[in-house]
Amino acid sequence: MENAGVLDPQGPVALAERTMLFNATAIMLAVILPVIILTLATAWWFRAGNAKARYLPDWEYSGRVELVVWAVPALVIMFLGGIAWIGSHQVDPYAPLVSDAQPVDVEVVSLDWKWLFIYPEQGVASVGRLTIPAGRPIRFRLTSATVMNSFLVPQLGSQIYTMAGMVTRLSLQADRPGRYPGLSAQFSGSGFSDMRFEVEAVPDREFDEWVSRTRAGPDALDQAAYAALAKPGTAEAPRAFASVSPGLFEAIVGGDGGMMGSVASTSSHAQAH
Amino acid sequence: MIAAVASGTPGEEDAGDIPLSQRGPASTEIVARFGFWLFLLSDIVIFAALFAAYAVLAKETAGGPSGAQLFDRTYTLIETACLLASSFTCGMMSLAVERRQGLAIYLWAGITFALGLAFVLMEFFEFLGMVAQGAGPTHSAFLSAFFTLVGTHGLHVTVGLCWLAVMAAQVATLGLRPMVMRRLLCFGLFWHALDIVWIGVFTIVYLGAG
Amino acid sequence: MFGKLTWSAIPLDQPIPLAASGLAMLAGLAVLGLITWKGLWPYLWKEWITSVDHKRIGVMYVVLALVMLLRGFVDALMMRTQLAIAAGGAQGYLPPEHYDQIFSAHGTIMIFFVAMTFMVGLMNFAVPLQLGIRDVAFPVLNSVSFWLTAAGVLLVNLSLVVGEFARTGWLAYPPLSEIAYSPGVGVDYYLWSLQISGVGSLLSGINLTTTILKLRAPGMGYMRMPVFCWTALASNLLIIAAFPILTATFAMLLLDRYLGFHFFTNELGGNAMMYINLIWAWGHPEVYILILPAFGVFSEVIATFSQKPVFGYRSMVLATMAICVLSFMVWLHHFFTMGAGADVNGFFGVTTMIIAVPTGVKIFNWLFTLYGGQIRFGVPLYWALGFMVTFVVGGMTGVLLAIPPVDFVTHNSLFLVAHFHNVIIGGVLFGAFAGYTYWFPKAFGFRLHEGLGKAIFWCWFVGFYLAFMPLYALGLVGATRRMQHYPETEWQPLMIVALIGALVIAAGIVLAVVQLVVSIRQRDATRDETGDPWNGRTLEWSVPSPPPAWNFAILPEVEGRDAFWARKQGGRKHPGEPPPIAPIEMPENSMVGVVIAFFAVMLGFALVWHIGWMAASGLGGIVASGLARAWTTATTAEISTAELGEGSHRKGAPA
Repeated sequence: MENAGVLDPQGPVALAERTMLFNATAIMLAVILPVIILTLATAWWFRAGNAKARYLPDWEYSGRVELVVWAVPALVIMFLGGIAWIGSHQVDPYAPLVSDAQPVDVEVVSLDWKWLFIYPEQGVASVGRLTIPAGRPIRFRLTSATVMNSFLVPQLGSQIYTMAGMVTRLSLQADRPGRYPGLSAQFSGSGFSDMRFEVEAVPDREFDEWVSRTRAGPDALDQAAYAALAKPGTAEAPRAFASVSPGLFEAIVGGDGGMMGSVASTSSHAQAH
Repeated sequence: MIAAVASGTPGEEDAGDIPLSQRGPASTEIVARFGFWLFLLSDIVIFAALFAAYAVLAKETAGGPSGAQLFDRTYTLIETACLLASSFTCGMMSLAVERRQGLAIYLWAGITFALGLAFVLMEFFEFLGMVAQGAGPTHSAFLSAFFTLVGTHGLHVTVGLCWLAVMAAQVATLGLRPMVMRRLLCFGLFWHALDIVWIGVFTIVYLGAG
Repeated sequence: MFGKLTWSAIPLDQPIPLAASGLAMLAGLAVLGLITWKGLWPYLWKEWITSVDHKRIGVMYVVLALVMLLRGFVDALMMRTQLAIAAGGAQGYLPPEHYDQIFSAHGTIMIFFVAMTFMVGLMNFAVPLQLGIRDVAFPVLNSVSFWLTAAGVLLVNLSLVVGEFARTGWLAYPPLSEIAYSPGVGVDYYLWSLQISGVGSLLSGINLTTTILKLRAPGMGYMRMPVFCWTALASNLLIIAAFPILTATFAMLLLDRYLGFHFFTNELGGNAMMYINLIWAWGHPEVYILILPAFGVFSEVIATFSQKPVFGYRSMVLATMAICVLSFMVWLHHFFTMGAGADVNGFFGVTTMIIAVPTGVKIFNWLFTLYGGQIRFGVPLYWALGFMVTFVVGGMTGVLLAIPPVDFVTHNSLFLVAHFHNVIIGGVLFGAFAGYTYWFPKAFGFRLHEGLGKAIFWCWFVGFYLAFMPLYALGLVGATRRMQHYPETEWQPLMIVALIGALVIAAGIVLAVVQLVVSIRQRDATRDETGDPWNGRTLEWSVPSPPPAWNFAILPEVEGRDAFWARKQGGRKHPGEPPPIAPIEMPENSMVGVVIAFFAVMLGFALVWHIGWMAASGLGGIVASGLARAWTTATTAEISTAELGEGSHRKGAPA
């Protein structure tokens, strides 16, 4: 397949997640395949017509068997539970990625039914396409200007919900330049299926070029432009904004995207845990 | 409860050496009371969910008034006193039911009803006052949670009052037959449960408002 | 006069909903017409609608579940067809506003009105018989519970004809389900129908719990109860503890929608995360409410068809109760992706996995029940073996999803959809069909057609794998749930395979209808004269098929597990004259259930459409019916010894 989603990881987070998926599957298959075979074989061997099978009409308890019956699932689950516990600390969406490279901050806003990406340091924004430098960690801060959505790029790993009035965080990285599809994984209404975006990972130098090119563009994401963007509807084509009103993201978190500037310091309001 | 099970079970003559769980079906009295206990438990779970919602939203005043600004503790203390007293009179009614003292049942039922009604009316006027001050349930998540939690309790008390009135009519028309006695005793359980819930409301909502 | 209700509520301009609602109405009218033409109303009214007999009520629950299975499955077929077409630029034949209603209705109907209704029906039918008693604790309340469930069903189906259904998914997450984003009546239909049927479920839970804990035949101690009774107890305890949470949560959402409260809104401090926590505090136990009785059915079926007692009875009981308790400690795994932090996610990941231990124990114990058996391959055993093979796969993917980092990439994907269909079809539905085939002869006095039964099983089994294995794969390559179309044409072949799987299952459903018709026509050939068609082990097989209304003229004396098997093997340890038959009291029929349900539908419909006078009448009707019942003093009738003697040995006609 052209893009194999979770099975074709393109960054450290996705790679770690696929490894856990494969390992846990292998461990469990080692138990459930024998169980499936034993079930069918036992049922067949002890069929009523089989004279060779010994009928044990009163066999209903054996301490040794009971011990095994509890021990096998318990041991498997202790092992997998270890994976779950360690894994959820290793791949914590809130933890920064270990890297020598300088991270890039991106603020993500889910709208009805499109994705807005704000680059606070660069002062630019885009809709429908997320351009990132390959090899550098991307630190996302996410919120929603509308209902709940979930931000997911299967080939880069972890998804996280976007919720109005709250900020969730996520760190991802693309190891190689390429184009990776992204989507909302949480149903959000009639335009949900079109709430797709594309991640375009480019070499670091090209990212700087993209920023300067974007800054030279004609569109500004001011109050009017944001209000137009926030109207329900799907994005026709990806577009970029040369400038962004300062504090737009925080204003959206404060429930006040349409009246920028009137709300101060709402960023800490109801952060998701 | 356990003693009641043992004494109410048929086949008592050789009950001594048979484990409790093997003595066959329990009597209608026990079955009805047990079922009602389960219902009360489920009702408590509803309140637990509303308490949880209140705990989550208690600080979400959205710039509006907080509990500390709105609540009048003396007023709610009087409310609480009414309800607790009604629980006592309800207990007296249950005793009268068990002793089958018709007049005493009406007397205690009447006092219980009056105290319960006083509680409901006080709560109603408290709500009315808050709405008049512009602190109705639509003004913040905190107020939504407050009105819902306290209002649900108030609604329960109101339903209890209707039930009590119906029971008075049942005693009058049907007499103290087992069916009516059962219902009166279940009413007692219901009323005490509402008392316990109210103690939670008073502590967490009113005293907890700081 | 009619609130928000106008002629535009009837979808005259949309061909597909119009055709669907038209067909549903025609089918309904045809059934009603047939009943009238055959003059069956007096019989139905007296023997079924007003019946308070737990067996009749159980059968009605199952019938309701089977009818709703048809409705829910039509929804499934429409979705699979849509997704098989709508690849690349294609939009398919269902626009989003219709498609979104279909997947919401499919989930709601399948969980509440098929899976749950079916399981409650089986428990109602079998538990009192297995416990050796004459009825449930509160027979009239049982009728009320059933009819409230039916009222919820009617409201959901009304939404097909008048108005619309929710477009929010089956759990109606806010803020999408708030009035700001869902101003239509769809969410209101959803909420009121589930509130009404939820009351029914709660009352039924109280009823069956009381029955199991307080009404058992003499000698039937807890550790002598059939495993199905234990699982029924666990399931009903969960209903009592979990359904009030659902009621409270929906009440809060209703207050938001109707009166402008701010529990879950985006404004004024509302918190949608709280809804998601609360709904799953109900929702995860709900999963076990469904699966535990199915586990019980499999325990009965595997033991009976292996002609051996259940292996490790105490382990089974312990595992059942462990699942019952643990089910309240895992709800957060439904939203690892909310950003709760590594410790919280890790904790709930581990608790979720711990549930796999008692579940695994059960699988092994069934395996050892088969070991040393003399196994007859009856249709119920087909379902049981199919379950064991399929369920372990669903269990495996469940544990995968319990690893938070794995969930981060598979949450809400078709992998998740495949997982829960794997456990619900492979577990609950297979269990429902096993129980249906197993207890059918007890209920009606003749067996279901064996060959067709096997064909139904193979259709479901093969169809399930065809329909859902592709979804596992699609989920891993990035396909999410609830999409109405997708640009990736490379997904289309697997989507078509999934459609073919759904069509194979459809064949199984058609065959189930055929099986019922054929079995009724050939009933004289498969008549169960003994009352014990499978060489059973538990007390329901000790009475005639169908059992008399009072089940047992004399309550059986139980001396151990598998009481009936023990009696067949060597008779009683303390032989003695059975006590003489004495007259018994049985509850009289009551119309209060159906009357309350009628007013409940009126109330629900009025609230959906904001029709004040109608809502007041509905509520008034419910109160008046309750009061009328409160003053009914003649609630039981005596059954004479002559009737008892005759009825208990009657060679029953179909019930």
